[in-house]
Formats: sequence, C-alpha cells, structure tokens
Amino acid sequence: MRGQSLGQVMQKLGPVLGLLAIVIVLSIMSPQFLSLDNLLTMLRQVTIIALLAFGMTFVILTGGIDLSVGSTLALAGALTAGMMASGLDPILAVLLGVLAGAVMGAFNGVVIAKGKVAPFIATLATMTIFRGLTLVYTDGRPVTGFTDSQAFDLIGRGYLFGIPIPVIIMFVIFFILLLILKKTVFGRHVYAIGGNEEASILSGIKVNRVKIGVYSLTGALAALAGIILTSRLGSASPNAGFTYELDAIAAVVLGGTSLAGGRGWIFGTLIGALIIGVLNNGLNLLGVSSNYQQIVKGAVILLAVLLDRQKSS
Amino acid sequence: MFSKFKLGLIAFLTVGLLAACTTESPTSNGDDETDASGDDGEVHIGLAVSTQNNPFFVTLREGAEDKAEELGVEITVVDAQDDAATQLSSIEDLVQQDVDVLVVNPTDSEAVITAVETANEADIPVVTVDRSADGGEVVAHIASDNVAGGEMAGDFIAEQLGGEGNVVELEGIPGSSAARERGEGFHNSVDAQDGINVVAQQPADFDRAEGLTVMENIIQSGEEFDAVFAHNDEMALGAVRALESAGMDDVIVVGFDATDDAVEAVEAGEMDATIAQQPIVIGEQGIETALSIAEGESVEDFIPVDLELVTQ
Repeated sequence: MRGQSLGQVMQKLGPVLGLLAIVIVLSIMSPQFLSLDNLLTMLRQVTIIALLAFGMTFVILTGGIDLSVGSTLALAGALTAGMMASGLDPILAVLLGVLAGAVMGAFNGVVIAKGKVAPFIATLATMTIFRGLTLVYTDGRPVTGFTDSQAFDLIGRGYLFGIPIPVIIMFVIFFILLLILKKTVFGRHVYAIGGNEEASILSGIKVNRVKIGVYSLTGALAALAGIILTSRLGSASPNAGFTYELDAIAAVVLGGTSLAGGRGWIFGTLIGALIIGVLNNGLNLLGVSSNYQQIVKGAVILLAVLLDRQKSS
Repeated sequence: MFSKFKLGLIAFLTVGLLAACTTESPTSNGDDETDASGDDGEVHIGLAVSTQNNPFFVTLREGAEDKAEELGVEITVVDAQDDAATQLSSIEDLVQQDVDVLVVNPTDSEAVITAVETANEADIPVVTVDRSADGGEVVAHIASDNVAGGEMAGDFIAEQLGGEGNVVELEGIPGSSAARERGEGFHNSVDAQDGINVVAQQPADFDRAEGLTVMENIIQSGEEFDAVFAHNDEMALGAVRALESAGMDDVIVVGFDATDDAVEAVEAGEMDATIAQQPIVIGEQGIETALSIAEGESVEDFIPVDLELVTQ
C-alpha cells in the first residue's frame, strides 16, 4: 500500500468509517445490538449476500455485471436438495451442486466472452432462464424432505466453537479470494481487464479465459450460498434468492468498488455486505417498519455512491 | 512436501474440528439473563408477517396493531416480503429483542420451521396465523377454516351453474396451506357433483398480475368454461381483467378473502362472490391469544375464524 494519495486512503477508509458510524448509532439506540449472540446472528444473516457479493466483486472488477446470481442460487439449491431427496450422498450432492453453479456461471462467461454479448444483457437473459429451470425442476413447489442428513444440516445450522458454520465458511472463502486477487496472476489479470481490456489483449492476457473463470467462480459461490440457504431453511424454495443480485451489487458498490471496473477491493465488499446486514438487523431491532427500512437502505446506498463520486473527482 | 507426521497432524486436527461441529446453538441452553429487559411489566409481542404487498396481510397487521394498542401491549412488526430467508432473519431479530410471544404468519409452511425452532430454543412461545407451520413447537394456530371456505365456493358455483358446467381453478402458492386447504374444500364440493368438471387447474401464486397472465393463457388455449374459482381475490381480480378483455363477461368468478377491491368488484357485478375471511379478526385474535399465553393462560391449539359468503 505504498504511494497512495490521501484521497485513495480516504476512499478505502470510507466504507469502514460508514460501518462504524452505523454500528455506533445502533448500539446506542438498541441495547441488544452489540450482544455477542446478536452479532453472530447478524453475521450468519449476512453470509448469503456476502458470498454473492464476493463473486460479484470479481465480475465488476472486470467491468462486467452478473444479474443471474439470485437465480443460480435458487437452481443450485433446488438441484442439491433434489439430489439428496433421491438418495444421493449429501457431501456428493453439495459438490455437484457447487459444480452445477460453476457450469451455469461458465455458460454466462462463454456467452459474454466468446459471444461478445454485453454482460448486463447476457445475465439478464440467464437470470430468467435459470429461474425458469428452477420452476420446471421443482414444479413450482419447495423441495423438502431431505433433512435427515446431519452433515448437511451442519452447513447452514451448525456451530464450531460457538461460531455459526456459515460464518466460518464466509471468512474462509473471503481469505482465499483475497489471496487470489492479491497474489495470483489470475487476480492481476482481473484488475488489468477491467482497467483496460484492449491493453490487456495486446499484452497477451487470455482475456476470454479470465472472464469465463470469473463468471464460473461467481456461479460456484452463488451455488454455495444457495446450498447454505437450503440447509438453513430445510427447504429449497423455487423463488429463493429473488432480487438478491441487487443486494449483492449494492454491497460491492458500498464497499467502494467502481462499477466501471479495474478499481476496487474485496475487503470493501465484505464491509459493504456488513453494512447491509447491520442495517437490516438493526432496523428490525429498533422496530422500524419494513416499508421505511427499504427507503433507509436505498438512501444509504445513494449517499455512499455520492460520497464516492466526490472523493474520486 | 508434507512429511507423514505433518499429514497425520492435519488429519487429526481436521477430524477434531469436524467432531467439534454441532447443530446446538451455544446460547440455546436457557441462560435467561437477557430476560431482565422483558420484565418491565409490559408484554412485548413480535409479529412476523409474510408480505405487506397484499391488502389481506395489511388488514391483518392493522387488526393486530389496533388490538395491541387497545390492550396496552407493545408490538413489533417485521415483514418478510414473501421471502423465507428474510422471514427467518427478521424472526431471529425478534428473538434477539427477547419478545414475550412470537406471532408468525409464515411465507412457507415448511421453510418457516427453522425460524419456529429458533424461537423454541429461546423459550419464546409461537403462535401462527393464517398459514400454519409444518414443524417446530407451535402453541396455537389461528386461521379461517379454509376447507369450509373452499366448500362454500364450490357449492356457490355449482348452484349458479345449475349443477352443470366447466370450472377453472386458479391455485395459490404451491405448498402453502391456504392453497392446499381451499383447493381441498373446493374439490370436496365439486368432485362430488357429476355435472361439474374442473377443466383447468393452474397456480397463479396469489398474485393479481400472475392471475391475469394465467387466465389469458387459459383463454388462449381455447378451453371452454363457465366459472372460475381463484384461491384468493388478487388472482380473481386478475382473472376478471383477462375475461373482460376477451369479452367473456358472463363467466362466474369467485374469489377468496373479501378484500376491499374484491367486495367492490362484487358490488359492481364484475365478480360474483368472494369468501370473506376476516383478516382483522385473525390479527386481533392473534394478539389476544398471544397475550393469554404471556399471562400463563392455556389456549386451544387451533382457533378457527368464521368465514362468510359475500355476494351482490
């Protein structure tokens, strides 16, 4: 982190300071907010959006967008539940579920990279295709009756040393992704493509391959989120994850990653997801009507982006 | 390269970690220190509604809030926006607030089980309203007698058609108990009558726009029918729009719930009947029952709320 201007430092500190401000206000207003139990509950609630937003960060860094993550979540969750219901080993079902998500993501990647379709349009189309496939596969009904496996229950409902397992999964994935972005060639290429795609092609980066990789990763993470949700609820609903892509994009933007690509960081996304989670949880604790909650959430996102504009101009 | 020792150590640690996993919540075992906040004499009820995007549940919430005010009970309302995961999160938040009783209107009878169990672990009694939960410990369930309502609708249609005709059924969200029970009651009535045939049966998810689309598709399919029974008014009103644009004004449309819009439509002759659930009474009854539980009284495990047929 050498040679950063004050502006850049502020840009990175902004989301953290924002989160701190919200936490301080909420802990003054609600006595339960800072209890360990509530914080762990809140972290567990954040897991789903965070996993979607982690993948979304990679996609947005390349200058793309993925609107299909909510539908991928639903389809992978339903497939995993269905495979278990038909007697497949839960661990195998989970692995196949994640693989299915990666394949859906790879499909997005191929359409975008090889087909030269704008990411917004391509994933808008696959969003409805994957949702449709989910409805066809589940016949519009929630998939249930697979819950006798304890190993599967642990994924969404388990604890390890008092910490919810979804939270542990979230942090492990976070550190792996952080390493990938910072230490690997792939990570550098992700930034390079978003910064200047033409230059990346000229400098010999296999842009298509990187893009397909990024969308596959996002699909796999969305599938993992779907599996955690399915385990949490003991049921895979065909309309699970509806509009979650918007929360995921909001988390990325709140974290200070530029929608134009090339500029951003995954730590910011974690903070962004926490801001959304803290707001949801805190406003519920305060008993704020859900109608007003939506307005507050929207206003916070708008404010964050406006502040971001000011700093970067 | 890993030595055998290191591999062994890693394997040992992995097994140890896996063995330490549990589905038991670390705070579930009755540490009641947080109870102090609930002991200020006032009863605090948490109400989790499935959606506020449907007038029926808005009326239910209003009934509950008015009753709570009348009885001097504190109430916190959370809305799941028809998403099971959101409902789970917001119920967890109510549990964190240490409400005395939880009144839940589930988005999905199966997916709500985890949420009910979360409240059970925290020793918070749960009452369900309108839709039931398929698991967890629920002290009381308050709902309209949906099966009786479905029968009422079937009987009315059969009577209007003179015991002879084809009927289309627009179903609610698959798997929800309301859709199951209303459908069951309806079929109890019409299946017993030889002259009445259900020629199409499709889910439109309790949604007006969906009701419109599904009805349009059925009309397009060329199926001939004389009456429509929708599992709720929103779908019925959607169906009315589709029938109007197709010039099929003589088709009998029966909805369920008697929302303000539907009652107006019945008065205007656009719909023929609706089954009046009484969401206000369901909401009120939810709060009354929750208060009884908080005061240690015993309550019935199913509290049916009466229905009535609304016609012109």
